[in-house]
Amino acid sequence: MTELTELTKYPEEKIMTAAAVTTHEDVKKIVLAIIAEVAPDEDLSNLKPEGRLRDQIELDSMDFLDIVMELRKKYGIEVPEADYGKLATLDSCAEYLLPKFLK
Amino acid sequence: MRVRVKDASERVVITGIGLTAPNGNTLAEFRRNLLAGRPNIQRIPMRYMGEVFAGVCNFDVLKYQKRKEVRNGTRAGSVAIYCASEALADAGLSLAGLDRSRVGVYIGITEHGNVETENEVYNISKFNYDTKFWTHHHNPRTVANNPAGEVTINLGITGPHYTIGAACAAGNAGLIQGAQMLRLGEVDVAIAGGVSESIQTFGIFAGFKAQGALAHHDDPNQASRPFDRDRNGIVVAEGGGLYILERLSDARRRGARIIAEVAGYGLNSDATDAVLPNPERQVECMNAAIARAGLGPEDIDLVSTHATATPQGDAQECEALRRVFAGCGTHFNNTKSFIGHAMGAAGALELAGNLPSLLDGIIHPTINLDNLDPACELPNLVAQRPAQVRRVRAILNNSFGMLGINSAVVVTACE
Repeated sequence: MTELTELTKYPEEKIMTAAAVTTHEDVKKIVLAIIAEVAPDEDLSNLKPEGRLRDQIELDSMDFLDIVMELRKKYGIEVPEADYGKLATLDSCAEYLLPKFLK
Repeated sequence: MRVRVKDASERVVITGIGLTAPNGNTLAEFRRNLLAGRPNIQRIPMRYMGEVFAGVCNFDVLKYQKRKEVRNGTRAGSVAIYCASEALADAGLSLAGLDRSRVGVYIGITEHGNVETENEVYNISKFNYDTKFWTHHHNPRTVANNPAGEVTINLGITGPHYTIGAACAAGNAGLIQGAQMLRLGEVDVAIAGGVSESIQTFGIFAGFKAQGALAHHDDPNQASRPFDRDRNGIVVAEGGGLYILERLSDARRRGARIIAEVAGYGLNSDATDAVLPNPERQVECMNAAIARAGLGPEDIDLVSTHATATPQGDAQECEALRRVFAGCGTHFNNTKSFIGHAMGAAGALELAGNLPSLLDGIIHPTINLDNLDPACELPNLVAQRPAQVRRVRAILNNSFGMLGINSAVVVTACE
């Protein structure tokens, strides 16, 4: 978790390339870095991976659109609207996005 | 007095000021630098253009906004939120004690949406112009009411809000709109004035450059030189000036400190050219403002000129001023020589920097006036050093803009 906290402080510098992503933990780091950009006022250090993001931090539907946009811009990953629900928790993000990174 | 004495319920007064200028983030700091002759113009990188001169503000954005608000909103919104919050505090008003539905936000803008649109076009240019990379923030950022709307969301104000698009007359036009809404009884408190985020749009700079109206000089701080023989154009600046306006009767009832009365104003149109000014209409505009205040030109102690340091514009305003104020003993100064042209904020900021002279009789100078252009000769033009005069009881503030929009506001000391 220390590593994740570090990551959220300097999201741009430590961001991974899509090719470097091989595990669920890698995806979580990437999603956390994006959340740190999109919701810069939030403390992400104690985020529970299995808990709903919107229950733990202030994140509205516009912010979710920003997260989807950053995945598209930074990694060329498309998340169709029907799948937005799969981004509910960090764990579900990792589960859903890892195959897209490995493609 | 040639006009009937107004009832206190329809007299409108200024009870608070919030501002950010390139050389000051409070009225006190701004005025100190104006009296000390301290400008602040910088070189900044401009997309597609290289370096340009600009007046840049350095207020603390996070004083009143969360980082997400700053990220999702606009620079004009941040400027407006800062100025509105500072103005309310300056007026001793707490929103907790106010009926928020009776507060109106009226913000003058020269333009809005250029910055955000240019940024997105640049952004999608990195993705082969695929519009699926265009942000969903685009529309809320670029709707014309954006800066005023951001103020209401940030402060929880539920009264009316909108912007007043009035080119570079916008700062005055916002103030006038606020005064009018108070007189109509639409609101009890008006947050009114103007803002500018224009230093972030290359289009404004490139447009002035194409027109031959963008200032150049070896020293950025000497580039904005109204009335000088060697003036060669405009320095663009960002900034904001918002006033708390109240009806005199309400202000007295709550024991507010009254800074000045908005005694008169004039707004008219040249109806001649999109860019070139028209001194005749400027004369009519100033005369209308003075008459509405129930004064004559001899009662105006100080004129805060609009002059932007373009060769033709300055000379034509001076021609208009000589016609209105011949033999009146009126003093003249200019603020753009310090901060450049703050566009939508210019009128509001330039008036604000002169308001303290109602109390101390000190008039800040126009600087960078090394060789007066004979075409800009004005009696009692305060240049290079401040002037202490016997008293300043009435100030006329000029702001003119493209498409031939003229505005003049007269403020007076209020007993």
